[in-house]
Amino acid sequence: MDITIDTSHSKYHVNKKGYYGHFGGAYIPEMLYPNVAELQEKYLEIMRDPAFLSAFEQLLKDYVGRPSPLYLAKRLSEKYGVDIYLKREDLNHTGAHKINNTIGQILLAKRLGKKRIIAETGAGQHGVATATVCALMGMECVVYMGSVDIQRQAPNVARMKMLGATVVPATSGSKTLKDATNEAIRDWINNPVDTHYIIGSVVGPHPYPDMVARFQSVISEEIRRQLKEKTGKSNPDYVMACVGGGSNAAGTFFHFVDEEDVRLIAVEAAGKGVHSGYSAATSQLGRMGVIHASKTLLMQTEDGQIVEPHSISAGLDYPGVGPLHAHLFETGRATFLSATDDEALEAAYELSRLEGIIPALESAHAIAKLKDLSLQPGQVVVVCLSGRGDKDMETYIKHLK
Amino acid sequence: MNRIDQLFRDKPGHILNIYCTAGFPALNDTLTIVETLQKSGADMVELGMPFSDPLADGPVIQDSSTRAIANGMRISVLFEQLKGFRERVSLPVVLMGYLNPVLQFGVEEFCKKCAETGIDGLILPDLPMDEYENEYRQIFDKYGLHFIFLVTPETSEARIRKIDSLSKGFVYAVSSSSTTGKDKDMSGQQAYFARLQAMKLKNPVLIGFGIRDKATFEAACAHSNGAIIGSAFVKAIENSANLQQTIQEFVEKIKA
Repeated sequence: MDITIDTSHSKYHVNKKGYYGHFGGAYIPEMLYPNVAELQEKYLEIMRDPAFLSAFEQLLKDYVGRPSPLYLAKRLSEKYGVDIYLKREDLNHTGAHKINNTIGQILLAKRLGKKRIIAETGAGQHGVATATVCALMGMECVVYMGSVDIQRQAPNVARMKMLGATVVPATSGSKTLKDATNEAIRDWINNPVDTHYIIGSVVGPHPYPDMVARFQSVISEEIRRQLKEKTGKSNPDYVMACVGGGSNAAGTFFHFVDEEDVRLIAVEAAGKGVHSGYSAATSQLGRMGVIHASKTLLMQTEDGQIVEPHSISAGLDYPGVGPLHAHLFETGRATFLSATDDEALEAAYELSRLEGIIPALESAHAIAKLKDLSLQPGQVVVVCLSGRGDKDMETYIKHLK
Repeated sequence: MNRIDQLFRDKPGHILNIYCTAGFPALNDTLTIVETLQKSGADMVELGMPFSDPLADGPVIQDSSTRAIANGMRISVLFEQLKGFRERVSLPVVLMGYLNPVLQFGVEEFCKKCAETGIDGLILPDLPMDEYENEYRQIFDKYGLHFIFLVTPETSEARIRKIDSLSKGFVYAVSSSSTTGKDKDMSGQQAYFARLQAMKLKNPVLIGFGIRDKATFEAACAHSNGAIIGSAFVKAIENSANLQQTIQEFVEKIKA
């Protein structure tokens, strides 16, 4: 398993100081220094330990159900005149890619001797994935969730509670994902010794962006192997994924980042339109700034207050983006597109009717941009289907056609 | 000489530093509060530059920040309010805030404005030591701005030494592992305070977080040069009908 490959010669992966070009770092208050420094020092060493790796692999196989299939979507391919493969993260236990990371981090937390787990969640997918692994390991679990999101995502709140987690409403600020993240960080400040914070995306202070990307890199590792088996070549022409904070995209891109013949396509949420005032297209609307202890592209007012984004999908509703993605954007290594709420809904219906797969709204953003690529016959496109649509049924029913 | 250094030279113990959020409770209360604090006998003022996402702060200071931003407070407005304030205020004033608004304002421009208006020091809890040393130290030094670092009960002795060597003005000792405004019991912290005291740092030490009344102030002063009160003060003035009287009474109770 090569989630621990040496990336020190890469132009795009994290450097020794925790930066991706100008982005990244660890802008943490001193109260978090011992915890974050411990992680920085030990994460790679722990991940490289054969016993750790075999425990991780075993759980991914027997508990999560990996490898997830790489499925040649025939009718979708016909429509676009190319070969489109879907990486079926929606078939994982708990219904999304999020569990790859929570399995990895809970094993790491145990290695560090932690007794208590905290997490933030927006749509509830990461919260459910965290509550799940805490139940599995018999650890205490506290999930922070914006009080607005608690209203919007009742089924996931119920799942977390059924799994034994405590769900704490974040009532500060805009009461959504960024505020849940603030509250989780504050909890960590108040409980520095016994608690590990399982961040759900490739955001936060170094080493989180790299650590989470590596746990998620099972996705690109499998894609390369599966594609080789199916086509004889491990590199497709395109890999595509949606980006909020960017964890499924980081996992989908990871082993392709230095393969310059593979085009990386990141799809952000344009909401009601990039310039409508209701958007989460950070690469278009953001400037360099610091959010959740990381220097990255950030949606903010002129005087540096963080702005609340909008997307129909709660999982893409984040005002920043992981520093890896900010760097891929700035260097031009990845192409950033954006899909509106309406385009995502349409793509969700398209995939449902053509392939019998109801995608998560987040993943539908990636599908929606197939039409914007200038594809040539014979090309191979891999799209990460990061999650399934069960959690979005209420939204889909509202727009049923 | 920087007013902070002057203060500790003149008065080595029982320094009372009061935090308030600029632009709170009303936009134009900032200067009234600073002046009244001076009249009432506070020794130093820490003025908060409100930020939408203040990670190290508890709900009281976050709510005051949200209100201040809604009132129209921003860094440029604060510098406007502070123009000429040194004609009436002599106590040291430290600005406290988060890195992002300062980055967006422009770090050098920010320091220049601080020097022009008469700001003595700066606390940015999310500007880590390495970044400060490599990128910002020279700029702050150029404008005579003292950069003040935090230490916590979990900070190792080696790191405290390093922080002390980089700090100017004073070292801000966080009383317990917490965000601001938590009513944690201070008795458990005496060993930590004593450990800090025994290290004989080159900088004076002020203790903050959880200091809220005379008892906690005195407990902190027993092992340091003084203490910082934030959330308790913000709470006291939040709904005050007579700001000056409330401030006067608040300071008197601490100093009594």
